Amino acid sequence: MIYAVFAPILFAIVIPFLSRMKHKIHTGWLILPVPLLVFIYFVSFVGSGFESQVSNYSWIPSLDISLSFHLDGLSLLFALLISGIGSLVVLYSIYYLDREERLGHFYTYLYIFMTAMLGVVLSDNVFALYAFWEFTSLSSFLLIGYWHFKERSRYGAIKSLLITVSGGFSLLAGLISLTIVTGTTSIREMVGQADVILESSFFPLILIFLLLGAFTKSAQFPFHIWLPDAMEAPTPVSAYLHSATMVKAGIYLMARFSAIFGGEPSFFVLLSLFGIITLVCGSYMAVRQTDLKAILAYSTISQLGMIMAMLGFGTDIAIFAAVFHILNHATFKGSLFMIAGIVDHETGTRDIRKLGGLMTFMPMSATLALFGTFSMAGVPLPFLNGFYSKEMFFDASLQLSGYAGTFVEVLATVLPYLAVIGSIFTFVYSMYLFFGTFRGKYKEEQLPVKPHEAPFMMLLSPIILVVGVIVIGLFPSLFNNGLLTHAADAVFGAEVTKEISFWHGFIPPLYMSLAVVALGTVLYLTKTSWEKVYTIIPGNFSFNRIYDWGVNQLEAASNRITFTYMNGSLRLYMILLLASVTTITGTVLFISDGINFEVSDVAPVTVHEVLIAIVMAIAAVATIFVTNRIAAILVVGVVGYGLAILFVLYSAPDLALTQLIVETVTVALFLLCFYHLPNLTKRTESIAHRGMNALISVGFGALMLVISISAYNSQFFSTISDYFTENAYKLGGGDNIVNVILVDFRGMDTLFEVSVLFGAGLAIYSLIRLRKNKGAK
Amino acid sequence: MEILMAILASILFATAIYNLLQKQFLRIIIGTVLLSHAAHLFLLTMGKLKRGNPPVLVEGVTNYADPLPQALILTSIVISFGVTSFLLVLAYRTYTLNKSDNMDELRGSSDE
Repeated sequence: MIYAVFAPILFAIVIPFLSRMKHKIHTGWLILPVPLLVFIYFVSFVGSGFESQVSNYSWIPSLDISLSFHLDGLSLLFALLISGIGSLVVLYSIYYLDREERLGHFYTYLYIFMTAMLGVVLSDNVFALYAFWEFTSLSSFLLIGYWHFKERSRYGAIKSLLITVSGGFSLLAGLISLTIVTGTTSIREMVGQADVILESSFFPLILIFLLLGAFTKSAQFPFHIWLPDAMEAPTPVSAYLHSATMVKAGIYLMARFSAIFGGEPSFFVLLSLFGIITLVCGSYMAVRQTDLKAILAYSTISQLGMIMAMLGFGTDIAIFAAVFHILNHATFKGSLFMIAGIVDHETGTRDIRKLGGLMTFMPMSATLALFGTFSMAGVPLPFLNGFYSKEMFFDASLQLSGYAGTFVEVLATVLPYLAVIGSIFTFVYSMYLFFGTFRGKYKEEQLPVKPHEAPFMMLLSPIILVVGVIVIGLFPSLFNNGLLTHAADAVFGAEVTKEISFWHGFIPPLYMSLAVVALGTVLYLTKTSWEKVYTIIPGNFSFNRIYDWGVNQLEAASNRITFTYMNGSLRLYMILLLASVTTITGTVLFISDGINFEVSDVAPVTVHEVLIAIVMAIAAVATIFVTNRIAAILVVGVVGYGLAILFVLYSAPDLALTQLIVETVTVALFLLCFYHLPNLTKRTESIAHRGMNALISVGFGALMLVISISAYNSQFFSTISDYFTENAYKLGGGDNIVNVILVDFRGMDTLFEVSVLFGAGLAIYSLIRLRKNKGAK
Repeated sequence: MEILMAILASILFATAIYNLLQKQFLRIIIGTVLLSHAAHLFLLTMGKLKRGNPPVLVEGVTNYADPLPQALILTSIVISFGVTSFLLVLAYRTYTLNKSDNMDELRGSSDE
């Protein structure tokens, strides 16, 4: 099974080489066998005697992450859709994409996506599932932005990436929580521990996280906004990713986990509510669109909402209907996208206002579109598969009982009505799509290209899909035993058997279907007179505006914040640094009770030391106020020499010596630099600024004072200096203990101190001598 | 005496920081010089003051000042001297190249 999953991505490695001969033979032909073989491999499992298969491949055993694939009915259905429609899309793209396009890129992205999608539906390990999940987001991003020179493509690609990846992170959080609660990373074992998960206090979080992941991926309300913008992708991509496969990943996820969550009122409420809202809003908004692909995008959103709602219902008939509709939707929506692509290809526009009367020019496409749109609308005819799943949807919505609780009961009562409303709009846009494009007045002057029928090979893929529509329509129970019941069993967790037939007698679902057709026809015929309602609802409101506003605000706000504190002024950074050091250290000192002013064992105070200290303090303060540079260096010198005298008084002859020399040389250096530097200027700063500086410096000084006094008494260990004193002569052979420490006990310090001086010397030399820019002095 | 030295060290710290926060390059260098003086005094004070003779072995004397802080300070003095001299030359080069020693005018170029 691992070969089937990884075949496309492995083959993607050679695609760039194959695409070099694209002028001799279209790259698509060379790689078409791959998804076809994968499809044949999965077809071999179909049959009434299907048993679920497991195969394990080690990946990161220490973290319990493995590439374990579990093929059950649900995975099989999805794998067949992915590989089957994948083959058709590759076939279609051979005629859709010109050889001048970057074919290597296109097919590489597409095959990465194919592997990722197969991985999502087959993975049993949650982390492997997540890895594949993100690969679908990334390859979708690449495919949407395929024509990267178009601004809209880039916008759509980034939008879809932002939304699906943020949902993906939420999914990851949910999967990690699930792993923590159950202690396993395998979905099958999690299903076995369903009651543990339901009783866990993490349960609400897990549910929300997983729902966010599924809703963003499957374009559910209010995260649907990325899907219409993803229509900037080439049409084969829209047909494949954004109708048949990727957008169903969220559906798959919910179906996969409904064995755990099914029957839980919160799961029912959230899934059904958002699903039905998506259904109604999506179909309502679809009627308003003028672009063929935009109509189809909103239609996809609404159909996905319908499937999501059925998964939420959780009854056996609803689950079966959901699985059935996944299959049906893939057939008719895939074909409709391809037809839209053909119309675009042959007339040069997708704007439905410019199209019309194409039936005579494109009879084949028109026929295919007729079947596709009527099936999508759920017209009650015995050769259209959309009708069956729609009627089962009505049936399921009527059979919601067994849920207690006020809100849940209200929702269960309202759901059938909402379902009918959503279906009416579905009917309207389906009719609009067909009649608006192929019937009506032919507007020759508005079309960029004179329309003509597409080549047969381009029509082959939609033909195959429409044949699927009709075959399922004529023999609705054809796939039941081999495929659909297995899939429904896997979702429901128990045996589901269902025979589908066209005629059930005069029962409520039939009346609902008839009402949809009747009201839908009326609404379609009067469309021009009620279209103004869109200026009121939704009017100017749209989630796109919220998204754009949010992204802009986020950028603006982070820019503002960054430029507030990163203004390029070193002084500001100094202030921030010192202020935070002072406050943090001070707070820690205060909290940890480290302040201690009781000092014992101090040396006696003598007069000449006090005098020197006073002189030094005055000199130090004077550095702030002098404005003459010679005076400034003199007062700094006073501090340095005062320190040297203190070293003398405190029995440190070597220090005193060094300090005197260094101070002298430093003063000399200062004087040298003065020749080149301007004089000190008067301060021109505001009082507030000066007060701020004063506050920080006084605060820092006070902090150091507190630290030094508090630390003075806290000598927890005896000093090691006695060792140096005792052994200076014995081990080092010298009388001067400080010098012995410097060159013998701790000679390493001295070595590197010497290299610091050396480095400073080199740096000074190069600063003065090396001029990269000869123009500058 | 240690308390007094601690107070002196913190005055040096405060004035050093105030100088560091100024605009002119020269004042900033003065600030760093003062800061190193303060740190050295701080080190010496923490090692306890006036506890005996200079740490040079003399026959018959057992009471010596702590030699370790002195060795540390000696190292530090040399290093800060190296840094200070480098800073001074840097200030000189900066001024000759940019014709300004005002930190508010010496900001990075916008295309960084």
